[in-house]
Amino acid sequence: MRAPGHTMRVVGIALVGAALVACQPTGSPSGGQASGGSQPAGGGQSKELVIGFTTSQTGSLNVESTRQQDGLQLWIDDVNKAGGIKLSDGTAVTFTAKTYDDESKSDRVQELYTKLINDDKADFLVSPYSSGLADTAAVIAEQYGKIMITTGAASDATYKKGYTHVYQTYTPASHYLTGAADLLKKLDGSAKTIAIVHENDKFSTDVATALNDFATQQGYQVVVNEGYDTGTTDFAAFVNKVVAASPDAVMGGGHFADTSTFAKQLYEKGVKAKMIALLVAPPEPKFADIGDAATGVTGPSQWEPTVKFSEDAAKSAGVTWLGPAVDDFISRYKSAYNEDPSYHSAGGYAAGLILQAAIQAADSTDSDKVNTAMEGLDLEMFFGRTKFDTSADAHGLQAAHEMVYVQWQKDSSGTLGKQVVWPEAAKTADAVYPIH
Amino acid sequence: MFDQLVASLVDGLLIGVVYGVAAMGLTLIWGVVRVINLAHGAIIAMAMFGLYYLVGRVGLNPYVALPFVALGGLVAGYVIYVVAVHRVINAPPLASLLATFAVNMMIIGTATTVFTTSPYSVNFDLGRVTAGSITVPGTRIVATVAAIAVGIGLYLFLYRSRTGRSIRAVANNRDAAELMGIPSSRILAFSFGLGTMLAAAAGALIATFFPFTVLSGDTYQLKSFVIVVLGGLGNPIGALVGGLVLGSLEGLVPVFMSASWVPVIEFGLFVVILLARPNGLFGARR
Repeated sequence: MRAPGHTMRVVGIALVGAALVACQPTGSPSGGQASGGSQPAGGGQSKELVIGFTTSQTGSLNVESTRQQDGLQLWIDDVNKAGGIKLSDGTAVTFTAKTYDDESKSDRVQELYTKLINDDKADFLVSPYSSGLADTAAVIAEQYGKIMITTGAASDATYKKGYTHVYQTYTPASHYLTGAADLLKKLDGSAKTIAIVHENDKFSTDVATALNDFATQQGYQVVVNEGYDTGTTDFAAFVNKVVAASPDAVMGGGHFADTSTFAKQLYEKGVKAKMIALLVAPPEPKFADIGDAATGVTGPSQWEPTVKFSEDAAKSAGVTWLGPAVDDFISRYKSAYNEDPSYHSAGGYAAGLILQAAIQAADSTDSDKVNTAMEGLDLEMFFGRTKFDTSADAHGLQAAHEMVYVQWQKDSSGTLGKQVVWPEAAKTADAVYPIH
Repeated sequence: MFDQLVASLVDGLLIGVVYGVAAMGLTLIWGVVRVINLAHGAIIAMAMFGLYYLVGRVGLNPYVALPFVALGGLVAGYVIYVVAVHRVINAPPLASLLATFAVNMMIIGTATTVFTTSPYSVNFDLGRVTAGSITVPGTRIVATVAAIAVGIGLYLFLYRSRTGRSIRAVANNRDAAELMGIPSSRILAFSFGLGTMLAAAAGALIATFFPFTVLSGDTYQLKSFVIVVLGGLGNPIGALVGGLVLGSLEGLVPVFMSASWVPVIEFGLFVVILLARPNGLFGARR
């Protein structure tokens, strides 16, 4: 038995702690002061919700998936540190992550999301990284009627299956490289031919199909349209086809590992395309590891540290703002993980913010109420704007978020760096064209 | 079209010789020790990481680091033989298959813990050589020359050196070799090490131009099996030629059809050769 004096001291400290938390600004989780874990805020109840997701700790999607998890975890830490999401009945909603390694494999995702729902009693789900894995997880989420926010998953197809609980953070795949074709048109009216070499997975194939249709409509001739298997390291056969077709632009790629290798081998083989626009890898800071081969390569990015989304701009557009400012997110991500955030990291954090916005709007943690709130969201955050398609044909498809295009350029001292070159409103430098 | 055909054939032949070196190791182990080494891929992957470490951390030139990686492969093979293979050498083939598979899983598991499965690469540029419409990176040319040198070196070692002759004697008839005073256990261990040394050399050469993960070895092990069957199980020089055949297929097939057909054709050929010429295109010589 403890002495009554000791108990009194604990109660006293708890009361002072609760009072301090009650004085905290609400809304943004960036307040940064710890609430003491399950300490009830404002005298109400504390409720801890389980966010279930899998991460590719092993397998080919490891790099992107780990960043995504880091971003999401930072959001969880931020919300919890700020004392949780405050509901009108005084409940402070905090979060805990439950995660497993999906080994970058669909069959593991299927098993693990079922486990997350049945055994771990996850309240809300976030998707694994990549369209293929997210598509598998979406089936399970929908079967059990669990809300899942997909991030790191851009394929359009997932949202065209009649699901009503799955919501997309990213700009859909069909928009990924169409902007690159627009950029090419703006830079060079005389460019006529495009070679498309893409990974044979769901996401990259969706992107390539949309690009092929768009480019053809725009009057380009697609001179090569080839897919390569996931995990390919020898691109000689594809590069030789590109060389034989000598296109104005090479577009395509897939995920980080294969796209970096493809870019490197295009360079090693001396391919003289005027523009190279590739998926996923160019926005990653690690893309610079391939050295000179990265120079001139353009790629779409869901988010860049230089984007200018702000609370003021949101206010003047009449849209609700939520979460930290861009610089705030970057500095806290850097101090937490000792590296710059990529768009995968930002996407992980944004998925958390979307859930937070829906819980706040629903003023409840009830799944049906949150789902209704999700359908009505129109939100601006450091990641950009978010709004979901609510039509029966494409329920949950992202309808408002826009991409930017980066290009690796050398500055006057010869140092490689990423610049935003498209769209005009967001650019930090003019695009280098032709790159050879 | 002709330019693309020639460029693809050249690429295929250059890489095929390097695959051939990995396959030579596999076929040598089978020919002498009578074990199918399922840890071959793991050794290839470890050699890639060995090169990465020696180049990235120690600061050696990749081609200076290569002999050290190969030596590491020799020692690793010797240890694997002593620890996991020697005790099951006379047991039914399934025992040695499972033993080497277990070693494979242990190596991959440990390496995954240390390196994760993120992609790594050795950033090394030797420029490129252009002849007409064909451009080949310097690293691939050096790798091909090195692979041919390894092939010739192995041939000379097996046919001109005393130890090489002992290896061939043990491969032909272990009991008779014992009676002639050849220490067969030591020769078997050395042959296993020699096989893994070839795997390590191939892995290190591949790492100079392709990225890799701890799981990359599986791909090259699978290619090695196809090459070994093409060249004849137990015939190291046949393996080098088998490598050229496989490399040419990988280069030429995508010129005429989608690259996704390459494994279909490769493994189709694999089955046809197993059925029609079980000893491989060049028969088995011990």
